[in-house]
Amino acid sequence: MPQQKTLFDKIWDAHVVKSSEGHPDALYIDRHFIHEVTSPQAFDGLRKRGVKVFNPARTTATADHNVPTKDQHLPIKEALSRHQVETLRKNCAEFGVELYDLGHPYQGIVHIIGPELGLTLPGMTIVCGDSHTSTHGAFGNIAFGIGTSEVEQVLATQCVLQYRPKTMKIEVNGTLSKGVLAKDIILYIISKLSASGATGYFVEYAGDAIRNLSMEARMTICNMSIEMGARGGLIAPDETTFNYIKGRKFAPQGETFDRLVEQWRQLKSDDNAAYDLVLTFDAADIAPMITYGTNPGMGIKVTDRIPTVNELKDLSEQTSFSKSLEYMGLEPGSAILGKAVDYVFIGSCTNARIEDLRLVANMVQGKKKADNVEVWVVPGSKQVENQAREEGLDKIFEAAGFQLRQPGCSACLGMNEDKIPAGKYCISTSNRNFEGRQGPKSRTFLASPLSAAAAAITGKVTDVRSLV
Amino acid sequence: MSKEKFITLKSTAVPLSIENIDTDQIIPARFLKATTREGFGENLFRDWRYNSDDTPKDFILNNGTYTGKILVAGKNFGCGSSREHAAWSIYDYGFRVVISSFFADIFKNNALNNALLPVQVSDEFLKKIFAAIEKNPATPITVDLSQQKVVLEDGSSESFDINAYKKTCLTNGYDDIDYLLSLRDEIRHFELVH
Ligand code: SF4
Repeated sequence: MPQQKTLFDKIWDAHVVKSSEGHPDALYIDRHFIHEVTSPQAFDGLRKRGVKVFNPARTTATADHNVPTKDQHLPIKEALSRHQVETLRKNCAEFGVELYDLGHPYQGIVHIIGPELGLTLPGMTIVCGDSHTSTHGAFGNIAFGIGTSEVEQVLATQCVLQYRPKTMKIEVNGTLSKGVLAKDIILYIISKLSASGATGYFVEYAGDAIRNLSMEARMTICNMSIEMGARGGLIAPDETTFNYIKGRKFAPQGETFDRLVEQWRQLKSDDNAAYDLVLTFDAADIAPMITYGTNPGMGIKVTDRIPTVNELKDLSEQTSFSKSLEYMGLEPGSAILGKAVDYVFIGSCTNARIEDLRLVANMVQGKKKADNVEVWVVPGSKQVENQAREEGLDKIFEAAGFQLRQPGCSACLGMNEDKIPAGKYCISTSNRNFEGRQGPKSRTFLASPLSAAAAAITGKVTDVRSLV
Repeated sequence: MSKEKFITLKSTAVPLSIENIDTDQIIPARFLKATTREGFGENLFRDWRYNSDDTPKDFILNNGTYTGKILVAGKNFGCGSSREHAAWSIYDYGFRVVISSFFADIFKNNALNNALLPVQVSDEFLKKIFAAIEKNPATPITVDLSQQKVVLEDGSSESFDINAYKKTCLTNGYDDIDYLLSLRDEIRHFELVH
């Protein structure tokens, strides 16, 4: 029997340019995405070394992290953000890199536009100076976030130096209950593994509950792999994947596409491939989830109580647990259901694709938001925004009192004006609930787009199963 | 590009006995708008150090008792966002070593790429370090990269792992890009045949 390999190992091995004793592997990168925040110092480095971009056609740039979500046609007001976006413009022009700038029909959050434009394909290696690059793994590729020094490596040589991570398989089998989304699956897994439980691993998601998900939902799962410490996550490609890619702007077309699909069908782990760790979960055990603390591992079923100090799995975490609840203004042992929220943020690379917006619109159609909440819907890309308008979702949002804004990272990390004020509670479809993530002293509850929509209607943390 | 060479460091340390310190705390997102690598130290742990009106808070970096080039932190240090600015800000503030019982992957890489040495010790030894500093804030800690050892004043020590390649880079002050640039012909060849 030939050596049994995981999908991860197959893709990795096919991209090693050089592997030498004592050195990390030099890994060839097929697709590189950059944005305004983590690239300027890398371009600076190239200038200082006097080198050009090795293969500019393999890098795509967009402006997303600190762009305003209103009046994008006007110059950015905030001077530092404007400077960063202008620097990106200059760097892309100087080094010959394609840029989807503000106002461009392809602009958007870097991890939304890659798949949407057909730039993200199975079997590739993909990197970006952003940890949620793991999103692209939903297409059956190796995608991971890198630091700015590594961005410079890729620009200079189209390679990064990497040590091969360990592999983990997470299988989710069975049928999901009504009202339970991909976001709940991943929040559930992270709550089981903790915020560091997958550190050092690359995760492959498998099982019929994963197979039955749409591409959008698979991206939500892979997106948050990093929230349990994993370098990335991937899902073997299948018909769902090929159908999604077919006909997209930069995807291979016609015969080339058909030929590639035949190759992509081979992209799966061998039956007896060995993983360093295999975990299995039952889809039936997953309920709508919500986080109560300040790391994404602090999640519970929405109907559960917040744990008490004595219930912690790891007693060494007592101090950070108490600090976290104090920050959140929540009592150990109390219920989270019914807790009033002030803001609802529907956006980010986790949940701002057209499918997410449709789900939300579907739930709020004919309803109105509660008076105590402000609701921001921030589409993941210009294409998502246009599609939403075409489908009339904007009318539904408007009637419900939701603000449909322009694409960008927005309140996911509060680098632009979209910040949650100090002390306020925001139920958010994004991926991080760290202290101050959505603005200084902001308080974040991470949840699915349906749970966020439900909270928008009721003004408080709600079990969406009572509404669907 | 040549960086400072790292051999051995003997210094007092700043203890930060909190777990899961994420890079959003190390350097909040709103300070990521610079386009150079310098000057981030000022905003290291900004929201833990200062109130919104810029008045200092009761935080260890504002407490003159603890100083030095070594930061000692609880487990899972540097989790969250991949921002390399976290490593830059710690370095720019003046630290050269971070000791913890566990590091997030990307942070560890970023640190190593910026001449900041992440030293992973056991939970027990970390406790011991915290206790030693608490007892005497002026206690020196020695981080010996060539021997891969952390030594406390009472003579107790623990060895730590570091990849041989990264160790060579740190001791010689060169980086990954220098190595990759030397492979350019092989990379061109790889592109042609794949
Ligand atoms: S939406 Fe949030 S998580 Fe995604 S790339 Fe932007 S800042 Fe990062």
